[in-house]
Amino acid sequence: MKFSECWLREWVNPALGTDELIKLLTMAGLEVDSIDQAAAQFSGVVVGEVLSTTKHPDAEKLSVCEVSDGKEVLQVVCGASNVRAGLKVPFAKIGAILSTELKIKKAKLRGIESNGMLCSATELGLAEESDGLFELPSTAPTGANIRKYLQLDDVVIDVDLTPNRGDCLSIAGLAREVGVLTRTDITPPQISSVAASISDTFNVELSDPLDCPRYLGRIIRNINPDAQTPLWMEEKLRRSGLRPIDPVVDVTNFVLLELGQPMHAFDFGKLEGGIRVRRASQDEKLVLLDGKEVKLTPNTLVIADHQKAIAMAGIMGGKQTAVGPKTTQIFLESAFFAPLAIAGRARSYGMHTDAAHRYERGVDYNLAPIAMERATALLLEIVGGQAGPVIEAKATLPVIPPVTLRAQRIEALLGMSLPADEVNDILLRLGLQQVSADMDKATWSIPSWRFDLSIEADLIEECARVYGYDKLPVTYSQTSLSLQHQPERITPLKSIRSACVGLGYQEVVTYSFVEPELAEILALNKEDAITLANPISQDMSVMRSNLWPGLILTLKHNQNRQQTRMRLFESGLVFSKKDNEITQTIKVGCLIWGAHQQEQWATKERDVDFFDIKGDAETILSLTHALEEFSFQPGKHPALQPGQSAQIYRQGMAVGWIGALHPKIIQALDVPGKVYLLELDYELIKPGNVAVVTELSRFPLVRRDLALTVDKAVSAGSIHDLLKKTAGSDLKELIIFDLYEGQNIAAGKKSLALGLTFQHPSRTLADAEINPIIDNCINALAATFNAELRK
Amino acid sequence: MDNLQSLSASALKAIESAKSSQELEQLRVQFLGKKGSFTEQLKALGALPVEQRPAAGAVINQAKELVLAALAERKRIFEEADAELQLATQQLDVTLPGRRQSIGGLHPVTRTIERIEAIFAGAGFRTVEGPEIEDDYHNFEALNIPEQHPARAMHDTFYFDATTLLRTHTSTVQVRVMETTQPPIKIICPGRVYRCDSDMTHTPMFHQVEGLLIDEKASFADLKGLIAEFLQVFFEADLAVRFRPSYFPFTEPSAEVDVQCVSCKGKGCRVCSQTGWLEVLGCGMVHPKVLAKSNIDPEKYTGFAFGMGVDRLAMLRYQINDLRMLFENDLRFLQQFH
Repeated sequence: MKFSECWLREWVNPALGTDELIKLLTMAGLEVDSIDQAAAQFSGVVVGEVLSTTKHPDAEKLSVCEVSDGKEVLQVVCGASNVRAGLKVPFAKIGAILSTELKIKKAKLRGIESNGMLCSATELGLAEESDGLFELPSTAPTGANIRKYLQLDDVVIDVDLTPNRGDCLSIAGLAREVGVLTRTDITPPQISSVAASISDTFNVELSDPLDCPRYLGRIIRNINPDAQTPLWMEEKLRRSGLRPIDPVVDVTNFVLLELGQPMHAFDFGKLEGGIRVRRASQDEKLVLLDGKEVKLTPNTLVIADHQKAIAMAGIMGGKQTAVGPKTTQIFLESAFFAPLAIAGRARSYGMHTDAAHRYERGVDYNLAPIAMERATALLLEIVGGQAGPVIEAKATLPVIPPVTLRAQRIEALLGMSLPADEVNDILLRLGLQQVSADMDKATWSIPSWRFDLSIEADLIEECARVYGYDKLPVTYSQTSLSLQHQPERITPLKSIRSACVGLGYQEVVTYSFVEPELAEILALNKEDAITLANPISQDMSVMRSNLWPGLILTLKHNQNRQQTRMRLFESGLVFSKKDNEITQTIKVGCLIWGAHQQEQWATKERDVDFFDIKGDAETILSLTHALEEFSFQPGKHPALQPGQSAQIYRQGMAVGWIGALHPKIIQALDVPGKVYLLELDYELIKPGNVAVVTELSRFPLVRRDLALTVDKAVSAGSIHDLLKKTAGSDLKELIIFDLYEGQNIAAGKKSLALGLTFQHPSRTLADAEINPIIDNCINALAATFNAELRK
Repeated sequence: MDNLQSLSASALKAIESAKSSQELEQLRVQFLGKKGSFTEQLKALGALPVEQRPAAGAVINQAKELVLAALAERKRIFEEADAELQLATQQLDVTLPGRRQSIGGLHPVTRTIERIEAIFAGAGFRTVEGPEIEDDYHNFEALNIPEQHPARAMHDTFYFDATTLLRTHTSTVQVRVMETTQPPIKIICPGRVYRCDSDMTHTPMFHQVEGLLIDEKASFADLKGLIAEFLQVFFEADLAVRFRPSYFPFTEPSAEVDVQCVSCKGKGCRVCSQTGWLEVLGCGMVHPKVLAKSNIDPEKYTGFAFGMGVDRLAMLRYQINDLRMLFENDLRFLQQFH
């Protein structure tokens, strides 16, 4: 809410400077968002009176004017089309400074001397654009400093009000608040009833008395359609961010800003039969003031006459019954609509209006009659006419139940007790009334403008707020010292992240919603995708079903920035849907691409391959102390290259995928070079074992190496498993230390070199013991895989 | 005997001036070998009367020992020189760069979350996470934000259908914890949150850490103490902290917390829009309705909750001036945190 400081000070004028006032508001929960000067910083401009004008002899569009500045008459050349004798305008005299670029000097325009400049509103920083000179009222005192006359030494304060403080959406409300905070009395303008001078009334029916329990109307006849809004009112509207429109609308807007009561004026000549406040019928159409046609739904309250809807209640009036330049009879509305009847409605039609903003937060339900009198008086003063009596239809008004406040509860919540006098003073100034009181508690009635006060904690907040949060004590919580469980067998995600960092991976954080096409080509099951109903853009519309889209986008982003190698990882939730059941799983995803190591003098350069990322996967899985529970088995994933991809299992349960990004995708995404991906399901890999130490053997290790030739199709894993089974319990380590194909090895075969290390816990192993084991191994390998020992 | 003396002197002199270990070996043979001069001297003992032999022998042996010691000392010097020569051939250019395994790094948001977790863990707060796709109940209803509440307009929510959405804050997790846990509760809930908003200062996904403490005696004063201390510990600076009344449907009283600008220390600068203050956190006493909805007796227990924007804290701490950099994942940016 934007307001003029001068306007506020007409209502309440504490002995505080602007800066202190702003701080006061901010520290009371009415956060000041911005402060702007009400006008540009100009000087030397007075009210000038144009005495005469003649055409410039040599310029079609210029006039030569005689202008009085109150002391002398000066010749001024003016190019505005609305310049005419008798006009009062801002007159920038010689020496005036309008801006750093514009200083007024004596000048000659097409040969005619000009002693100053007549100004438009734009030139004074009062409007974005203007059409011709700024016409001042004929009552403006010639020669007066324009800054004084228009009260331009004012600031516009914009407060960002929280949704609970609808009561502050007016000068009256802000003044009440400042009055409480500074304990200053308020001086509101005198508002008295305007007696009816005609007896015309109009029938008003409340068809939905819960949504609209109070509706006031009043007919005003014979208004002057040519009347002008007074300058003081235009300025107040302007400083609150509203554009002056016509006197009737301006008055209703003024009352909205001043008192907080949204009002509407209908062209009475266009109303038929009477007013009905009712729900819209399904698809009922209404063309609004702004020209937009809306199709209404029955949850929307409308103001209708006996033929048609004429306004969206509390939101916006209709175009057909709006006041216009020819309107002479008006029907003025001042009503209370229940917050719940308006809340969310404007938003559901894609609208936001000042009226809806206030009604959905709650407008004082006792304000409508006061606002009606205020508006009537202003209208009669500005546009003239005769007012009829106030017509009021009234059902049951809201009842805000009284709230009991216990002293002990104040202390429990705030950590200090507040003196009863202090509490009483604060609540009374806020407009609450004490209904009853005893030793340690009091019951308070809530004023009609405070929709946000309904429980004890609300009153405690008010007390704390006005007392000052900064004056409340600072203490340190005395909660229990019970210790947290730390299950050591669970690998924290943090440890996995640390391992990744140690392995050279850079963590990235990418959006959880991705481009549907990319998500689809990388998904295991594209049918499981979850789509946002209202994405911010098409390329962020599908929830990621794995971490690879983000990793690949990051890869591309950085490839485009000349990076030559990348190791990226991310951890986070991925999302999928099966049979309408959404699953959200924490995954850890890795991507490697490019050179294996940073280019350097001591190592031969090579690109990363499958076994680099597999090694990293094994390192991560070994954090569980249960690496032997995991196995890698050839698997088919639509995003991965067949033959270079594996599904990772943990004792039969699938826990992840690893492999080369499919060449088709590489081509489609235009990625240079091979990309390797990994994804692990964190929940499934996090359980593990706590290490249990076995005794160290004091006896020597015995190593035997085997070089085998087998069919290429025989997997190392199966050989490994067979040897593990066959070599008995003294086998401590089994490694594959060479793989060879090519010369000296038959086509379709490969040679594997295996190292077996044995050790016994309590004695030295003799050849006589090892040899039969090795023979068994060789025989088993021959029998199972047709393996031959290389000579 | 004169002979022995001059022999010793010449032997010691020869050893002293020997130029190599080979020469030294020749001298050893020459003086101490089977046919060496000292051996000859010992052999000559036989010509002496028996009673004189031991004394004369001792003298010769003494002289011999001296020569032996000189030989050993000289040999050690040669060996050392040899070893040094040998080492000189193995000299490396130690200024060549090491064969380094490049290390990765954590994203600044993760770093910041881990830092916040560690700070609160020190005070006994447990970290809890929750789902990001949420239902309307946990994101709004349970937090006292009913269907038509104006506060909903402030949460530009991403929806999947009428009741399924992306959580707009991590306050959802406190609800889930309260539903299943009886006080005392001390948790913090970090995570991703989503709002349908994207411009210079908003990204549609960002991070929050929500904190919750519920106990029999938890007051606003305790909240002030914890938050002020947290901010000073987090920024490692003795910064002023101020609490401003604010509004959240799920806390009452509510406050917004400003910390003295970390950049200008309150003098006013671009970072704090010349105000000297930075808004970093929202907090308040848990609304009794929120406690009651999760079956916690608001008469017996009080509690406070707080929520902070991790991205903003990271930006302030690491002087990142564009929020969007956090999600572009440009390695040139991320590697600055290594």
